[in-house]
Amino acid sequence: MAVTATPKLDARKLRADFPIFEQEINGHPLAYLDSAVTSHKPRQVLDAMTRFYETSYGNVHRGVYTTAERADAAFVEAREKVRAFVNAGAAREVIFTRNATESLNLVAYAWGLDNLGPGDVVVSTELEHHSNFVPWQYIAQRTGARFALLPVTDDGEIDLDRADEAVGPGTVKVLAFGLISNSLGTVNPAERLVAWAHERGAIAVCDAAQAVPHRRIDVQALDADFVAFSGHKMLAPTGIGALWGKAALLERMSPFILGGSMIRKVTEERTSWNELPYKFEGGTPAFAEAVALGAAIDYLEAAGLEAIEAHEHELTAYALERLAELPFVTVYGPGLDRRAGIVAFNVEGVHPHDVAQILDGEGVAIRAGHHCTQPLLRRLGVAATNRASFYLYTLPEEIDRLAAGLVKVQEIFG
Amino acid sequence: MSDFYRELILDHYKSPRSHGELEGATTHAEGQNPLCGDEVTVYLRLAEDGETIEDVSFTGTGCAISQASTSMLTEVIKGRKAAEIAALASDEAPLVELMDESGTPLTPVRLKCALLGLQVLKLALHKGAGTPLPEEWAGSDEIDLA
Repeated sequence: MAVTATPKLDARKLRADFPIFEQEINGHPLAYLDSAVTSHKPRQVLDAMTRFYETSYGNVHRGVYTTAERADAAFVEAREKVRAFVNAGAAREVIFTRNATESLNLVAYAWGLDNLGPGDVVVSTELEHHSNFVPWQYIAQRTGARFALLPVTDDGEIDLDRADEAVGPGTVKVLAFGLISNSLGTVNPAERLVAWAHERGAIAVCDAAQAVPHRRIDVQALDADFVAFSGHKMLAPTGIGALWGKAALLERMSPFILGGSMIRKVTEERTSWNELPYKFEGGTPAFAEAVALGAAIDYLEAAGLEAIEAHEHELTAYALERLAELPFVTVYGPGLDRRAGIVAFNVEGVHPHDVAQILDGEGVAIRAGHHCTQPLLRRLGVAATNRASFYLYTLPEEIDRLAAGLVKVQEIFG
Repeated sequence: MSDFYRELILDHYKSPRSHGELEGATTHAEGQNPLCGDEVTVYLRLAEDGETIEDVSFTGTGCAISQASTSMLTEVIKGRKAAEIAALASDEAPLVELMDESGTPLTPVRLKCALLGLQVLKLALHKGAGTPLPEEWAGSDEIDLA
């Protein structure tokens, strides 16, 4: 029997592909520990976008000249790469958006306004990023549905045992949840959450923004009804993201952004909609960015999703170990086995903004604040946290520099 | 940031001036910095003329810049007129002035921390003395301002 070991990722070698690391920050090499907010871009992705603009640029869906036809072909190819990357059943189920936030708003508006009303319950979780929380709270208020939250444990894990009690009476129509918490790194029990939604006849809307860049996601195996993610967190430029949805649902939905490209026939009396996916892509899409997203997917596949996940797991274990050595540091979130490459923490008596500023002086970049999860932080009883997050270019010595920087923070404020 | 400025900010942060609720306050307002969750509440006691600031205090939680900046502000506004304070420009906030002088002005994100206290103070003056609402709150409904 063949034993297949995950090939190890060579972060030091990959790092040479990222021009951002060629500079010094405040006299130090950049230790970028904030990939959960956005990732840096390898030269291969930047070059792919530049090459596209220089050789194949023209507006998609309408040109009858050569460069526009090249652009069309590149846009189709990019969508196919995204389809294959998340194992969607068909390219028509992949809608290009600006980012995960727009993807989730698309579902909340286009599905929610037509399908929600008094007596219905829209369920999000205490763990959610505002992008899978606020649109649902808002659309629930607009439609007269009730908005409820699945509770989390003190370790920041969704507590399904208390779900029914927390949700209360009414017909559950939506469960909006994230695969991985951007704030705490919790890896949620996706299979159980999707089953919970489907048992109640609800749709499951999954924010995969923190998962798709870092591990293999198969949307068909996941079986959620909608899955949203952003390109900028997975080595691609800003302004491009995607929504995958089950065709049967997308076909029945009203459009979201109206205008050019998304129509079939327009008369003074009425307009009919284009086929999927174009029905949801009104206006000129970010197709150059989509081409770059395709290049980012090529890069991630070459590095290996399994190797990336294993690399980040090792870094997370190391970070938890180093932070545990510092008695003035409190770490939030679940144990290593249920945690992705995100570590949130606080330094006793020091606000995260002050921590982050002192670390920046050492060339160490971390996030400080509420991470777009105000309800979660209120639940945990903290106003803000520091957050270090990792990616394929992160090195263990950057975690050493974080730990050394925290000792300095303690010296200044202590 | 040089040690002198750092020590001054840390001193205000660790021993904030005029800290706590104000007895006999005639107006107060609170505000948050949505970027990082800093919170400040400013209490004011206006004199009988309705425009002279007799006393001021604040409470809050947040980073050193936001709390020290509010603390420094309380030192310079007692006895001054509401309209005069409501017209203070951002770069006239004491901590902002100080950092500009230091040669290491605050970055845009930290500037928001430093200006929270001044904005909340202006909001309190708007509620208590009818001075114009600061631009940052224009368009907010009364519920957001409560």
